[in-house]
Amino acid sequence: MQQIFNFIIRNSNRLLFLLLLGISLSLTIQSHSYHRSKIISSANFLSGGVYEKINRVNEYLNLRAENDELVLENARLKSLLFNQKDTTKAPLADSIKGVKPADIIVSKVIHNSYNTHENFITLNSGERQGVKPDMGVINSLGIIGVIDNTSPRYSTVVSILNMKSRINAKIKKSNHFGSLTWNGKSTGYVQLEDVPRLASIRKGDTIVTGGQSSIFPEGINIGTVDIVYKKENTSFYVIKVKLFNDMTNLGHVYIIKSKDREELINLENKRKEKNE
Amino acid sequence: MNSALLVNIFRFIMLLAIQIVIFNNMNFLGYISPFPYILYIILYPVNSNKAGLIFSSFLLGLTMDMFCNSGGIHAAACVILSYYRPYIFKFSFGLSYEYQTIKLNESLTPERFSFILVSVLLHHIVLFVLEAFQFKFFWDVLLRTLFSSIFTIITSIIIIYLIKPNKR
Repeated sequence: MQQIFNFIIRNSNRLLFLLLLGISLSLTIQSHSYHRSKIISSANFLSGGVYEKINRVNEYLNLRAENDELVLENARLKSLLFNQKDTTKAPLADSIKGVKPADIIVSKVIHNSYNTHENFITLNSGERQGVKPDMGVINSLGIIGVIDNTSPRYSTVVSILNMKSRINAKIKKSNHFGSLTWNGKSTGYVQLEDVPRLASIRKGDTIVTGGQSSIFPEGINIGTVDIVYKKENTSFYVIKVKLFNDMTNLGHVYIIKSKDREELINLENKRKEKNE
Repeated sequence: MNSALLVNIFRFIMLLAIQIVIFNNMNFLGYISPFPYILYIILYPVNSNKAGLIFSSFLLGLTMDMFCNSGGIHAAACVILSYYRPYIFKFSFGLSYEYQTIKLNESLTPERFSFILVSVLLHHIVLFVLEAFQFKFFWDVLLRTLFSSIFTIITSIIIIYLIKPNKR
């Protein structure tokens, strides 16, 4: 017994080191799996509050860019109002097929990261505004990501610039599906994988969200085709997609509540239970 | 003794605040940002309580992780740096460092520079390896470590000279 105590006292620093290293490594491993730890995220009151304060200052510096964006959106809204048959313009957030204006929460980005392999965005609305995990986040130009964690007043978003994110997307003119991923390199480009070689694709084609996902409604803009690669030994293409959004400069965003989602999941669960 | 504790607490909070407000937003070339908050571990008094250093640097890293949404990578890197700090001292200042009075915030000698260099490199390698977590990013990790280390060392030395206590 005496020797055990002596051992612990002699090696107390080493034991403390190993304990804390173990905690931090397990937190790291947890963060690399899809379901993330809830404690260490910027959606809590301390970091969310600090980011909101910082953002209040930064907003003044970005007023010009934000104003330009608002003017553009206003112009597009007016053009929609005056010639309603104008279909060449990009779809608006509150004119998406199947989504009522009441299903949209307007929110603001208070922290945005884009320099790591797994990027997250912090928003200043949370459970009190009705935000729940797995809701889609878009802005006037295109998609941004999917809600990850929520707290009463803040929420974090898995950005599309996150190597864990996979979003169902399709080519607008031919309806061929693929899944949208990011290879961790450039902030302006994402990859559309698993597109069948049967699809005819040209540079400049528009990529939009597909109807298979229960997170985003169908047909929200993502980007345009930049380069098409053939994946070796498979019958699939990998497409490099140039994003419409500048992910390094985000202001106001829209969160989409999908009412059909629960119904869809229930239905799919029922089918799974039947199979078992 | 008490004033040393107060100075350390003050340093802890100030370095974290500066890191989060200013340096986390310095995305030079898209992905290079310096991490001068580890100055807290570098400048911690040489002969003080080691358990205190390890535990406080764990808290330091955990707070950074909370703000960066990065799981536990900063905490792991900080804990490793604080545990191996005595070995880096031995490497840079020779075996008898405990009997000397080392003050890092004085004129920059080769020993002091090599101490800062080795500490920053150790911290950044652990940080970026844990962040990438995959072997296929080997060159990416090396490149990020190299560039971020250069920036961290420059900003650290500037900060050391800015907060240098006045001599009477």
